[in-house]
Amino acid sequence: MPVLTYKRMPYLKAYIHILAIMPLVYLGLAINADALGGDPVQAVIHFLGKGALNLLLATLAISPLAKRYKEGLLISTRRLVGLYCFFYATLHLVAFAWLDLGWDLGLFLQELIKRPYIWLGMVAFIILLLLALTSPMCVRRKMQRNWQKLHNFIYLAAVLTPVHYYLSVKSGWIEPIIYAFLVILLLSSRRK
Amino acid sequence: MISIWEVNQAGNGMIIKCKKKSQASENDVVAEPVYQQRRQFLKQLGLAGVGLAAASPAQASIFDIFDSGKKKAHSQAFVQSPLKFIGSKDYADGEIWTPEKKVLSHNNFYEFGTAKTDPQKNAQNFKVEPWTLTITGAVEKEITLGYDDLFKVADLEERIYRMRCVEAWSMVIPWIGFSLAEIIKKANPTSKAKYVAFETLYDPQQMPGQASSYLGGNLDWPYVEGLRMDEAMHPLTILSVGTFGKTLAPQNGAPIRLVVPWKYGFKGIKSIVKIHLLEKEPPTTWNRLAAREYGFYANVNPAVDHPRWSQASERRIGNGSVFSSKRIKTLAFNGYDEEVASLYQGMDLKRYI
Repeated sequence: MPVLTYKRMPYLKAYIHILAIMPLVYLGLAINADALGGDPVQAVIHFLGKGALNLLLATLAISPLAKRYKEGLLISTRRLVGLYCFFYATLHLVAFAWLDLGWDLGLFLQELIKRPYIWLGMVAFIILLLLALTSPMCVRRKMQRNWQKLHNFIYLAAVLTPVHYYLSVKSGWIEPIIYAFLVILLLSSRRK
Repeated sequence: MISIWEVNQAGNGMIIKCKKKSQASENDVVAEPVYQQRRQFLKQLGLAGVGLAAASPAQASIFDIFDSGKKKAHSQAFVQSPLKFIGSKDYADGEIWTPEKKVLSHNNFYEFGTAKTDPQKNAQNFKVEPWTLTITGAVEKEITLGYDDLFKVADLEERIYRMRCVEAWSMVIPWIGFSLAEIIKKANPTSKAKYVAFETLYDPQQMPGQASSYLGGNLDWPYVEGLRMDEAMHPLTILSVGTFGKTLAPQNGAPIRLVVPWKYGFKGIKSIVKIHLLEKEPPTTWNRLAAREYGFYANVNPAVDHPRWSQASERRIGNGSVFSSKRIKTLAFNGYDEEVASLYQGMDLKRYI
């Protein structure tokens, strides 16, 4: 018998909300206490970016876990986790455009065109945006088979983001490599 | 290697004072190979902690849970002593200084970890006394300096410089130090001295980033930097022994570091143990890792972007909080073009990055 029942699902979803919001509370407190080191702008941007990447991996882990443990209802949390991933990615982008670039649109476009890591990140963000926009049930029904086709693009986003991470840091490839490895693991678990 | 004793006996007018014998540390009075052997022996016994700092927090393991009280006793902050200096020159056009707290907590010093806050966390037990800095190579007189000598090479002066990191952030820092030229002149460079190489201490026991490639970002140790001779002799190039009126904090490169204000910060090698004059351009750490991204010259240049990010502007780390961060235009040679542009006349600075 599966552990998850319809009755228990609201509790699980409440946990997910708390888990996903807690890091933002921490970030808010850390900003307020000036505890993010000498360059808090970079710290905030990285924190949010890593949060989005972690949630992207969590989203991808849900269906293999549901299959492995025969917990069919787990699948119904995937949209929630995916939307939190989009939320973090949005905050990450806003933090970059606001705190770092000071809403300088010209500079933003310049950076976008010239830097591979920024347009890789932007492509991943646009994918997440499209997935978020098409996530309501009514849209999903209307799109029929195209919905799945569109939502398969999450795999592209999952491949692009560790590369985006790797290219954005001066040195230190170990963490991006770990992320890339996890992505490969999650993608290969889907092969029949 | 000529020791400081012999240099003084030679009566060459060095102002470097000789230590009293009672103050001399073991490595001053014992021949170098013997000293190294003894250290190696202590290391093998697992006793390298004798006279050295205890395990740093970065090496903390799960077992520390059991002696957290003991650990606390070791993680006392490094003590910076007040430092006297003659005169203060502002080379940053009156710009607001970066708060000391941020200069101490935002560092690239991969020997103590790659995260910006790692060096402050992991360097507090760093031992700077005794210290040995040698000046060797294409010189007529090799020089060996002990810890106290570092502060007596020349009159100490405060210099307020802009510091521009290759990662596109910047600070304004009041350094205390002396022109590198002062010490090089004392060594009497020969005609073969075309470049100057610098080397950071290699001591994985004290520097956890050298022991772990995860913590240290996989650089080749020891850290090596270099300058062309005319850059090294330029009056703006200093060896710094202090900041904010005190001796340097370990995360800023105690006890002695290089500051070249018109170059990207990674040229400012920290915790120097060796200065070596040579005929050829020395291979330098970041340049070896990624030559396309980090050139040997590394002059601050808003017209030449890093392959992965723009160098046209920079985030100034000042007084403000996260919401008042300021992005300013990067200046050619970090604003020191009047003083140094002539060094590079006729050189294509898009090529010689």
